[in-house]
Amino acid sequence: MSQGRIVRIANGQGFWGDSVDAPVRLIEEGPLDYLTLDYLAEVTMSIMQKQRRRNPDRGYATDFVEMIRRTLPTLRAKHIRVVANAGGVNPTACRKALFEVAKEAGATGLKIGTVQGDDILDRLDELRGQGVPFENLDDGKPFSEIQDRVLSANVYIQTRPLAEALRQGADILVTGRATDPGLVLAPLIAEFGWGPEQYDLLAAGTVGGHIVECGAQCTGGNFSRWWEVEGWDRLGYPVLEFGEDGRFVVTKHDGTGGLVSVDTVGEQLMYEMGNPNRYITPDCVVDFTSIQLEQEAKDRVRVSGIKGGEATDTYKVSISYLEGYKAIGQLTVSGPDPVAKARVCAEALWGRLKQAGYTYEKTSTEFLGVDSCHGEIIDVPRRVNEVVLRVGVKDPSKKAVDRFGKELAPLVTSGPPGVTGFAGGRPKATEVLGYWPTLIPKHLVQPEVHVEEVS
Amino acid sequence: MKKIPLYAMAHGRSGDKGDGSNVGVMAYDQRGYEIMKEWLTTDRVKQHFGSIVRGGVDRYEMPNILGLNFILHDSLGGGGSESLKNDAQGKTHAMALLRIEIEVPDDYDPPKVGTDGALAPSGELTPAGS
Repeated sequence: MSQGRIVRIANGQGFWGDSVDAPVRLIEEGPLDYLTLDYLAEVTMSIMQKQRRRNPDRGYATDFVEMIRRTLPTLRAKHIRVVANAGGVNPTACRKALFEVAKEAGATGLKIGTVQGDDILDRLDELRGQGVPFENLDDGKPFSEIQDRVLSANVYIQTRPLAEALRQGADILVTGRATDPGLVLAPLIAEFGWGPEQYDLLAAGTVGGHIVECGAQCTGGNFSRWWEVEGWDRLGYPVLEFGEDGRFVVTKHDGTGGLVSVDTVGEQLMYEMGNPNRYITPDCVVDFTSIQLEQEAKDRVRVSGIKGGEATDTYKVSISYLEGYKAIGQLTVSGPDPVAKARVCAEALWGRLKQAGYTYEKTSTEFLGVDSCHGEIIDVPRRVNEVVLRVGVKDPSKKAVDRFGKELAPLVTSGPPGVTGFAGGRPKATEVLGYWPTLIPKHLVQPEVHVEEVS
Repeated sequence: MKKIPLYAMAHGRSGDKGDGSNVGVMAYDQRGYEIMKEWLTTDRVKQHFGSIVRGGVDRYEMPNILGLNFILHDSLGGGGSESLKNDAQGKTHAMALLRIEIEVPDDYDPPKVGTDGALAPSGELTPAGS
C-alpha cells in the first residue's frame, strides 16, 4: 500500500434487519472515517412505498434515525461521517426526522445531505411517452403486462452525486436507491478526487463496496469453515483501509470476533456474482477476474490489481409490482414415524382444500429436517426423531389463500398423533411482490443533491 | 482415480440471482482448481442438483481466486418474494454443491487448511477410505 493518506470506511448494516448494535460498535470500537449502512433490497422499496402511501412522513428506514439518535455525540466527537441508503422512497422525510434528532441533541452546524431523483414511480407515463419501453431485462416481456400493478420504480443512480454531497460537507448523507457499493465509492471519490474516467480506481472502490455490502459476510459470517471462526457473539463488522492508488486492506477492529482471511473475503467476492468479467455498475464495468488477494497479516487482507472499464449508457431500474398473494404455515410432527405421519397430514390438507373447492396457482410441501434444503442430493436418514411439515400456497385470489390458512390448525386434532407446533395463529395472506428489472437511458435521470446545515 | 467430497478440497458460498441462484466454489490449491475445472462441468452440476435446478446451468472461471462461479437457473421456485420454498434465496446451495463426490487422481491430496487441517467437527467430510 502507498505511504499516503488512508481513508477508513466501515459497513455496519448489510440489509434492513441486520444487527442494530453493529453500527454502534463500529463507531465506538475503533478508528473510522466513514460509516456506511445498506438498508435496501428490491423488496424493501415496495414495502416502503406502501408505508408512504399510508403516511406521507414514512417510507424510509426508521431504524437509521434511531441509530443516529443513539450515536450522534460520538459521531461528532470522532468526526465520523455517515453514508446510508436509508432514505428509501422518501429521503425528504428521513432528512426531516434527522433534523429533529439533531436539534434535540443540540448538534448545531451538523450538515445533513440527501441525493434524490432515483424514484421514477410518478414519472413512468412521462418516460414511456419519451420512448422508454421498460421491457423486462431478463426475459424481454413487455411492460404492458404489469403496468396496472406497479408498486415502486427506482433507478440505481450513479455514485458521483453522492460524492458531490460529501464534498459540500454532508456529515450524514442519505440516499434512496443508490447502488450498494456506491456507498463506499462515494467517500473515495470525494476524498481522493477520482475522475469519471479513472475506471480502475472506480472499479477498486466498487470492489471494496461489494466486499463489505453484506456486513459480516466477509469477516467470518457464512464462512464454509465456520468451525475456525471465533467470537461469534462479538463478530467484528468490516473496515476498509483505502489508499489513493485504489489498493486497499479488508480488516476489522482489534478485539472483535470473526475472521478476515483470503478465504472469507474470496467467498464474498463471489457472492451474488453473475459474469465476473463484466460486473456492471452505473459508474464502471468491473473485471472481477483481475482481483488479487493477499494475507498481509492476521485479519488483514490486501486487495489489488483491480481493472475496470467504461460504464454503459443506461441505468438499471428496479420495478416492483403486485404478483398475487401467498401464505406459509408449518406443523411439527413427532416420532415414531414422523415423516410418514407428516405425509398423511399434507395429503389430508390438500385433499380437504380441494373438496372445499380451492385450487392454487402454486403450492409447496416440504419436510424440514429431511429434505427441504438439499432435496435428493443427500440420502434421507432412515430414522429422524421429528419433522416439520412446511406448506404454502400462492394465488391471485386473496380469499383462496386465506382459506388455506384456516385448514392447518385442524390437523392437530384431526390428523395422526403427535402433531404440534401450531403457533402464531392462522397464516394470513400476504402480498407477493414481483420484481421487474429494466433499463433507462442515463440522460433521462438527473439526481438532485441537497445539503443543509442544522442551525 | 478416487472420489472425495468437494468440501475436502474447496469452499464456497451461494445466494440468489433473480429466480436462480449463484454458487461460487474456490479450490484450496492450484492443482485442485485444475482438477475442479476439468471435472466439475455444468452437466455434472445440473445432474447433482436434480429437481432443485429446473433451468440450465452456466459456469464462469475466476482463476485469480481459484474459483468457479455457477449460475443455477430457475432453482428457487420463483424469485424474490414469490417463492414458497424454505430456502427461497439459495443460501444452502453452496453447501449442497460442496457435498458432491468429485473424482481426483489417486496421488492428489488436498492441502491441509485452517488451524489444524481438520475438515469438519462432525467428520462428515472426511474422504472415504482415509
